[in-house]
Amino acid sequence: MTDQAFPTAPRRSRNVPLSKIALRWGLYLILCVFALYYLMPLFVMLTTSLKSIEEIRSGSLVALPRDITFDAWATAWSGACTGIQCEGLRPYFWNSVLIAVPAVILSTGIGALNGYVVAQWRFRGANLFFSLMLFGCFIPFQVVLLPMARVLGLMGIAGTIPGLIFVHVIYGIGFTTLFFRNYYVSIPSELVKAAKVDGAGFFRILWSIFLPLSLPIIVVTVIWQFTQIWNDFLFGVSFSQAGTQPVTVALNNIVNSTTGIKEYNVDMAAAIIAALPTLLVYVVAGKYFIRGLTAGSVKG
Amino acid sequence: MAPILDIKNLYKSYGATEILKDINVAIEPGDFLVLVGPSGCGKSTLLNCIAGLEPISGGSIDIGGQDMTDVSPKDRNIAMVFQSYALYPTMTVAKNITFGMKVRGVDQATQAAKLAEVSAQLQIEPLLNRRPGQLSGGQRQRVAMGRALVRDPKLFLFDEPLSNLDAKLRVEMRTEIKKLHQNLGASMVYVTHDQIEAMTLATKIVVMKDGIIQQIGTPSEIYNHPENLFVADFMGSPAMNLIPARTQKKDGGTQIEIASATGKPLLLTDTTHRNLPDDVIIGLRPEDIAEAGYRSGQNVQTAHCMIDVVEPAGADTFVVSHLGGKEVTARLHAETTACAGQPLEFAFDLGKVSYFEPNTGERLN
Ligand SMILES: Nc1ncnc2c1ncn2[C@@H]1O[C@H](COP(=O)(O)OP(=O)(O)OP(=O)(O)O)[C@@H](O)[C@H]1O
Ligand SMILES: [Mg+2]
Repeated sequence: MTDQAFPTAPRRSRNVPLSKIALRWGLYLILCVFALYYLMPLFVMLTTSLKSIEEIRSGSLVALPRDITFDAWATAWSGACTGIQCEGLRPYFWNSVLIAVPAVILSTGIGALNGYVVAQWRFRGANLFFSLMLFGCFIPFQVVLLPMARVLGLMGIAGTIPGLIFVHVIYGIGFTTLFFRNYYVSIPSELVKAAKVDGAGFFRILWSIFLPLSLPIIVVTVIWQFTQIWNDFLFGVSFSQAGTQPVTVALNNIVNSTTGIKEYNVDMAAAIIAALPTLLVYVVAGKYFIRGLTAGSVKG
Repeated sequence: MAPILDIKNLYKSYGATEILKDINVAIEPGDFLVLVGPSGCGKSTLLNCIAGLEPISGGSIDIGGQDMTDVSPKDRNIAMVFQSYALYPTMTVAKNITFGMKVRGVDQATQAAKLAEVSAQLQIEPLLNRRPGQLSGGQRQRVAMGRALVRDPKLFLFDEPLSNLDAKLRVEMRTEIKKLHQNLGASMVYVTHDQIEAMTLATKIVVMKDGIIQQIGTPSEIYNHPENLFVADFMGSPAMNLIPARTQKKDGGTQIEIASATGKPLLLTDTTHRNLPDDVIIGLRPEDIAEAGYRSGQNVQTAHCMIDVVEPAGADTFVVSHLGGKEVTARLHAETTACAGQPLEFAFDLGKVSYFEPNTGERLN
């Protein structure tokens, strides 16, 4: 539009002063340096995991591997020792999946329901309710450890995977409610009114009108929750027992419990395996994540 | 017959602010009630209260003889068109229109038939597979109408349903609504800012200001007998001329004295005997002031006035002059020879005059 409004205005890209170009390139340079700095550890991890233990000991840390070998990955996946057992990460990886998937689905679902109620069905005390929910987001993990252990014990699910799912769902609800509430307040309340006149009830309106609008915020919530739950260590180590530990705890055990020579390549491979799902989620859905974070502020 | 909608002593406040104050309205089956009033006077709020979408703070609402005060919107048997359209953004136009029927479990065949009928009526057949985001404002408005028309409710509530249409479409839709009203005998409550819409559609007009009803009446009552200065000024375009004047009894009639720009007061004699205070405001519609010789009647008086502005408007020519410190508009025939800066002899039809008390604004005759 503006281009057409001022057809005689000089094109931006021409006649740009030299100092501006220098500034631009300087900026790129700095950004590249930072990018390299952040990519360096990943690079070292990746190359180290592909080296044999002899090569690690003889060569430099940043050198590329001479003979690429996937032995370390295989060991990390199914042979590395976590204490007395030597089954690798595999069983714990599945534990994490079994914890994260239901916990993400449940906490996202409950968050959507809560957000919908707080944003569109304003009841007496809705603001107080929401403030308390928000407060829940900022309670440090450590504070809830003991009460939570007691509750899990009373419920008879201490040390089990359902117990860990329960913990993560409870702790996640504050955040998921916040996300959905902020997304839903920007939806005009006339939509609910129109649907009410059309005869739809509470759940019908949520299902037919709000959820179809919610893809961006669902993606944001799922990424956030998945990352939180997958990467969690404290709850995992506190509320699990042998056989129900998540992958983060197992990774710690592999790295810390190796007797004799330290197998850096196996440690690195294990760390990458443990981090892979969250990386994958970002790669697949990161685009929607950015979009979802800025959505809601723009009226659809 | 029992009124289809009966509102008694309705109050509505948001927190400490009272929005609607002591509203009393009843409409008979088949009535077309038009709500008018300045922006922010509470028209949409009143519709929301009738629909049950906002809780009321006092009074009662009956629909079809049943007390609806605590009944949920879906059980009130109403259909509503919202000012902001409120179309469901993720559904196609067709789904938007049939959603209400789907929720109520109407069978597929009936849904399809109703959809076809309504979309033909509203000329939206080519749009049925689009989403609301892909429609223009006027198209959205018609879809919103469609969503209400597919239902067969006791009462229709329309909140400015035609405000975004172009002039031609608006006239067409107005006729459609009028037909709909006549054919279905449906009862309607209709909010509009458009004077012509109000006058042509209504069987009853309610004029509101600051949440208080100023007058309820037929279009002709509202137009010809406004109850107070607010209604007189609000209804009609161009507005009624409201001119400060002094009156005194004379020869069994009333002499009206209006200050004029020339210094010499303008004297008119209303032949009807009236009991009026000395100071009044007289109200005369522009069409009740004509060029001398074009209006006759026993209570028509002529007088010369200086013309300030001449505004030809096609069928009529509006002429503005200055009387009693106010601009006075007269609606003359199109071929008038009046020209600005020259005097013209006007015919004032005092059979149509309204008198108002200057302080309270209440009608005196
Ligand atoms: N949810 C609300 N909370 C507080 N005040 C409100 C609320 N909704 C409306 N109001 C106020 O109530 C008054 C009446 O609003 P309403 O929407 O009924 O006006 P309206 O007559 O429909 O105006 P318009 O012609 O502009 O649509 C306004 O002063 C408005 O600010
Ligand atoms: Mg309104």
